[in-house]
Amino acid sequence: MKEIQNINCSCSDSSDLPEKATIKRSAGLSYKIVLTAAAFGLWFIIYRQLEPLAGFLTFTLFSIQRGSHLGEAVHFFLYDTPKVLMLLSLVIFGVGILRTFFTPERTRRILAGKRESVGNVLAAFLGIVTPFCSCSAVPLFIGFVTAGVPLGVTLSFLIAAPMVNEIALVLLYGLLGWKIAGLYLVTGLLVAIAAGWVIGRLGMEKHIEDWVREMRTNADDLQDNTPTWNERLQAGKTAVVDIVGRVWIYVIMGIAVGAGIHGYVPEGFMASIMGKGAWWSVPAAVVIGIPMYSNAAGIVPVIHALLGKGAALGTVLAFMMSVIALSLPEMVILRKVLKPTLIVVFVTVVGSGILLVGYLFNVII
Amino acid sequence: MEIKVCGPGCANCTKAENIVKDAVTDAGIDAKILKVTDFAEMAKLGILSTPAIVINGKIVCVGKVPSKSEVLAWIK
Repeated sequence: MKEIQNINCSCSDSSDLPEKATIKRSAGLSYKIVLTAAAFGLWFIIYRQLEPLAGFLTFTLFSIQRGSHLGEAVHFFLYDTPKVLMLLSLVIFGVGILRTFFTPERTRRILAGKRESVGNVLAAFLGIVTPFCSCSAVPLFIGFVTAGVPLGVTLSFLIAAPMVNEIALVLLYGLLGWKIAGLYLVTGLLVAIAAGWVIGRLGMEKHIEDWVREMRTNADDLQDNTPTWNERLQAGKTAVVDIVGRVWIYVIMGIAVGAGIHGYVPEGFMASIMGKGAWWSVPAAVVIGIPMYSNAAGIVPVIHALLGKGAALGTVLAFMMSVIALSLPEMVILRKVLKPTLIVVFVTVVGSGILLVGYLFNVII
Repeated sequence: MEIKVCGPGCANCTKAENIVKDAVTDAGIDAKILKVTDFAEMAKLGILSTPAIVINGKIVCVGKVPSKSEVLAWIK
């Protein structure tokens, strides 16, 4: 489980660049901005060349026949791998900088005085931008609840944070287009908001472990030090090195599996199992997804391939949300602060939300 | 000096602990390093995200693995 947590753990880690960082700091902000701009330019130039390059490599250099199964699979792999990794680096850099404006402490302060419905909405949005690592779920939960953030609002935050993350969104955008990425973003937020609100309505506070409820924490003795822009840029860079360094292997494996399905599995193969016609496929996808645990990086390319072969969008999105947002290791961690009844309610409410999303998309698209 | 390294035991927390130990050895100071894995104690200290480092009861770092030079600056 240690390993598993680590995959999804987004704790920032600046320890790998200690000495370099001090030199850079003295080099000054303007130098860094020029460097960043140059990197953006280079990124754009390379990105534009990816498709012709993949075509050249596959059909000219390896002389695989255009239109053949192997050709399709190889071309898909050679084009999508660098494309997705480049998009990922760009977005993680941006999000890394954005996250320096938010800390869990600041988020708690924002949420502490809020009414429930407004709080749920805010919490879900803050879940996207607040830097927090899955191993911190328990201290964060305690810190929020004891500081007067309502239970439902806290849970909206904890649902949105892993589900709507930048890695999932970039991969969906890169492989399936902005519409599906947008749908995922909106419905992910809605599930987090609604599930947290419902649990708040149910008045489940007594199912928080007693020792947590009896606890008084001191929330105010933490001072925020505002980072400089130099530090923000550094944080963006650290995030790219750290996250891309950790997930690239999953991206490549995922795309390789996707490429295999893309080239070899017959069109429409998934339609009978995961198609719109099979009403039971959405609940099945959710139930199968709960014990599975993968990060977004590994699952999206597989989903891409399934969609290409006739699986229904709603079913596939439900599967993805279930895998990312509900997982056994997460339940084990949350069990430390939540009594079993609340865990069951949590899984049921979030699972039902995902189920609704699945059916909704299968009906309207 | 009393240094507390808080974290449930994921890879980053272990890393933070090692860096602190390293820094203390380098600085040649007499410090007691405690590893805090209990969530209740972390909450009492006011910690929201891990790894976190608390020196003489004061939180100096939350939610990230510090670099050795940072730790050296705190313990001096």
